[in-house]
Amino acid sequence: MVKQEIQLDVNGKSYSISVFPQETLLEVLRENLGLIGTKEGCSEGECGVCTVLLDGLPVRSCLLLAVDVRGGKITTIEGLSEKGVLHPIQKAFIEHGAIQCGFCTPGMILSAKALLDGNPFPSEEEIRIGLSGNLCRCTGYIKIFKAVQGAAL
Amino acid sequence: MDYQYIGKSIPKVDSAQKATGTAQYINDLSFPNMLWGKVLRSIYPHAEIVHIDKSKAERLPGVKAIITAQDIPDGLYGPFIKDEPVLARGKVRYIGEPVAAVAAIDRETAEEAIQLVEVEYDELPSVFDPLEAMKSDAPLIHEDLSSYFCIFPAVQEGNVCSRTTFVEGDIQQGFKEAGLIVEETFRTHMQHQSYMEPSGAIALIDPSGKIIIHSSTQGIFITQSRVSESLKIPMSKIRVIAPNVGGGFGGKIETNVQPICVALAQKTGLPIKVVLTREEEFTAGRPRHPTTIWGKLGLKKDGTFVAKEMINIFDTGAYSDDGPGVTGFGSLMARGPYRIPNLKIVGNCVYTNKVKSGAFRGFGNPQTGFASESLIDMAAKELNMDPLDLRLKNALVPGDHSVGKQTIHSVGIMECLKKAAEALEWKQKKGKCRGRGIAAVNHISGLLTVSAFVRINEDGTISLHVGTMDIGQGSDTILTQIVAEELGVPLEDINLISRDTDAAPYTWATSASRLTYTGGNAVRLATIDAREQLLELASKQLDENKDDLMIQNKKIFVKWDPEKGLTFHQLGAISCWVKGGPIVGKSSFMVETPPFDRSGFSGFPFGTMTGYIFAAQAVEVEVDVETGKVKMIQCASAHDVGHAIHPQNVEGQIEGGFVQGLGYALTEEIVFDGGKVINPSFADYKIPMAMDIPPITPIIVEAYDETGPYGAKGLGEPGLVGVAPAIANAIYDAIGVRIKDLPITPEKVLDAIKGKKVTIPWTDIWKKNF
Repeated sequence: MVKQEIQLDVNGKSYSISVFPQETLLEVLRENLGLIGTKEGCSEGECGVCTVLLDGLPVRSCLLLAVDVRGGKITTIEGLSEKGVLHPIQKAFIEHGAIQCGFCTPGMILSAKALLDGNPFPSEEEIRIGLSGNLCRCTGYIKIFKAVQGAAL
Repeated sequence: MDYQYIGKSIPKVDSAQKATGTAQYINDLSFPNMLWGKVLRSIYPHAEIVHIDKSKAERLPGVKAIITAQDIPDGLYGPFIKDEPVLARGKVRYIGEPVAAVAAIDRETAEEAIQLVEVEYDELPSVFDPLEAMKSDAPLIHEDLSSYFCIFPAVQEGNVCSRTTFVEGDIQQGFKEAGLIVEETFRTHMQHQSYMEPSGAIALIDPSGKIIIHSSTQGIFITQSRVSESLKIPMSKIRVIAPNVGGGFGGKIETNVQPICVALAQKTGLPIKVVLTREEEFTAGRPRHPTTIWGKLGLKKDGTFVAKEMINIFDTGAYSDDGPGVTGFGSLMARGPYRIPNLKIVGNCVYTNKVKSGAFRGFGNPQTGFASESLIDMAAKELNMDPLDLRLKNALVPGDHSVGKQTIHSVGIMECLKKAAEALEWKQKKGKCRGRGIAAVNHISGLLTVSAFVRINEDGTISLHVGTMDIGQGSDTILTQIVAEELGVPLEDINLISRDTDAAPYTWATSASRLTYTGGNAVRLATIDAREQLLELASKQLDENKDDLMIQNKKIFVKWDPEKGLTFHQLGAISCWVKGGPIVGKSSFMVETPPFDRSGFSGFPFGTMTGYIFAAQAVEVEVDVETGKVKMIQCASAHDVGHAIHPQNVEGQIEGGFVQGLGYALTEEIVFDGGKVINPSFADYKIPMAMDIPPITPIIVEAYDETGPYGAKGLGEPGLVGVAPAIANAIYDAIGVRIKDLPITPEKVLDAIKGKKVTIPWTDIWKKNF
């Protein structure tokens, strides 16, 4: 297998990296770019903790090959806060007690961002649907729903 | 009482780093020249290992070491009975048991190398059902059981590795006095903790030869102890550091890959990382014990409980792990939060050729609670009483006793029951096919030890050294709040040092719902000690009576002359450089409690415990009689926490526990074909998702406990315990069928509607006189 040189746009920065064709976006983000905020929970696209945004939409970075996302704009949790100022969704998660172990949190926040970017005032039902790809085992989701509602207000 | 920090839902101290993705978990750490480790696991449930050929794997480029049992010391480990080897020695006892381990330059090479290790097995007869395993002709899973070291006087027989019995009063006389006896057999299933972060560890050896383990764990000192006993390394040569832990729920109290990681590091001299795959988590983790439970409850015609007998069979799988504790504790809790004068509870912890079960939120209580709380509703039906009223009639009140005759002073169970029921408008009319159910829970939060040091730094800031692990439940915040409260300092002045066995004093694990109660007491007492030393020093320096001094805004001054005083900064500097020596407040806390009356106990695997806590869960369901599907309409969960130190966090525990209980009750089950797990993924093992969450009302009840910090008691586990029986009771209320077999799947509900009887085999075991 031969490495390929690819350009990736991650959090507004352009990276030129050489990757094997079988390397996933998750592996490249974590291992090549050191963006460890994107977590690995199952590597099979089931738990959603590796969620990142690709052109604004939530995707599972463990299921995507890095070579396939060339040209797309990728946002990870590291790209959400600006100069140390937390994004309103991050603030809402803290304020509403929506974070326990924190392992699902980056993916959950990114799914919430995609939801709110497309639908600034979602109903609770729409929030549930928007977060249905992200598992959380600690919170029972209720405070997460409230945080997303809080961030929308 | 007015508090500055206690009772306030401040932002949790670790939330910001988790929200920004900067919090580091085990898989986020790496070290120069680090290798990946991978475990080769047994493909047979019970087999002798005839030969292991490593040669092909050793020839694979990039492979640095392959180890089997022959390459490591022969220590056995476990929390109660030392019965488990790091790598299978002589024989394997479950599918998924570690047989060999590989270290290689990367994950792919390690995975490839594992495939090349050839193991020749000679299969042995297996047993998967604990009731069959208890028969005299069953294959023995541990021939050497009687020679294993046990930390308590275990009662053992065949594949029963531990039998715990509690007897109070006169059970025969009790049942004679009963006007009604209900009796039933129940079965519960295997649930996985399913924390989002897979278990893992990194081991390395520092230049002095000390072994450093970065461990995703609920107990750094437990990791230290298990590695020590299994690999025969002195604890003084082992340092355990924990990064953030992505959930545990009991599953990360004991070790999993840590000893293997260390053995590979010793062999190669290089750092080794092992992180489990999700499939390994499901097939070789440490799930909740499946049980079969026979119970019999005797009542007077007016509903007064007079006698209860239960036989609990806990299937612990191939190794005992926390099984004796789970069996003993679940059986101790089996009386429930009720007065029952005549009692006989027998718990059997039984080996089978399945993955070992262990600690999981509730620790045996969800299993016995399902049986107990179902029996109460069966009795209520016979007596034509409201199940809530029947519970209230028998519920404990302050001054009543635990099993073992400890007096319980702080008891909020009545209020929990009433408030949970009220939240559902219990007495109001229900719609068609709708029913309400309730369950009461008792648990403990005072168990084993926590020690803490509170050090005043030379600039007057504070270092709190305590070996507790915040795995998401919020203990770092709670313990910081306590220090801030006692010293009147802002939270940002407190440096919490908790995750390093070389830096923190001994603490048993994050478990048993104990960190607020047991840990809170330790930290509060250590802080008070430090505060008193500060006051002593200030008294000497100012030449004023200690009683005339007060503390405010990091300054100690004379009450009527605020100008005459010293700042914490000055006092810290004086203590470090001039007089008295650095101030270190300390506490080694183990709750003082009247001992159990053990005259009716045998094989009980614990010393003392207390800190009784109470909860009630109530639900309204709607059953679709065409499909058998149970829809949750509304739910309430009321918890007696003594005093909520962080109310938002209390709610978070209540909600999270409830939803985990919902999964236990309705959708989650590790399914076996023989000894093989056939659904080892989130696609096939269904934990609740955002779409599945019903309205849940968390209710905080505060029956002040004078033995707790600020009156607080524990909370973590009971939120899950009553959910399954409350749902089963609500289904009965809705459509008149009783589900005795968890989880409550649509198939089981439909079968029950059709009148299909669930028969649980080998019922003759219940007649045995244990």
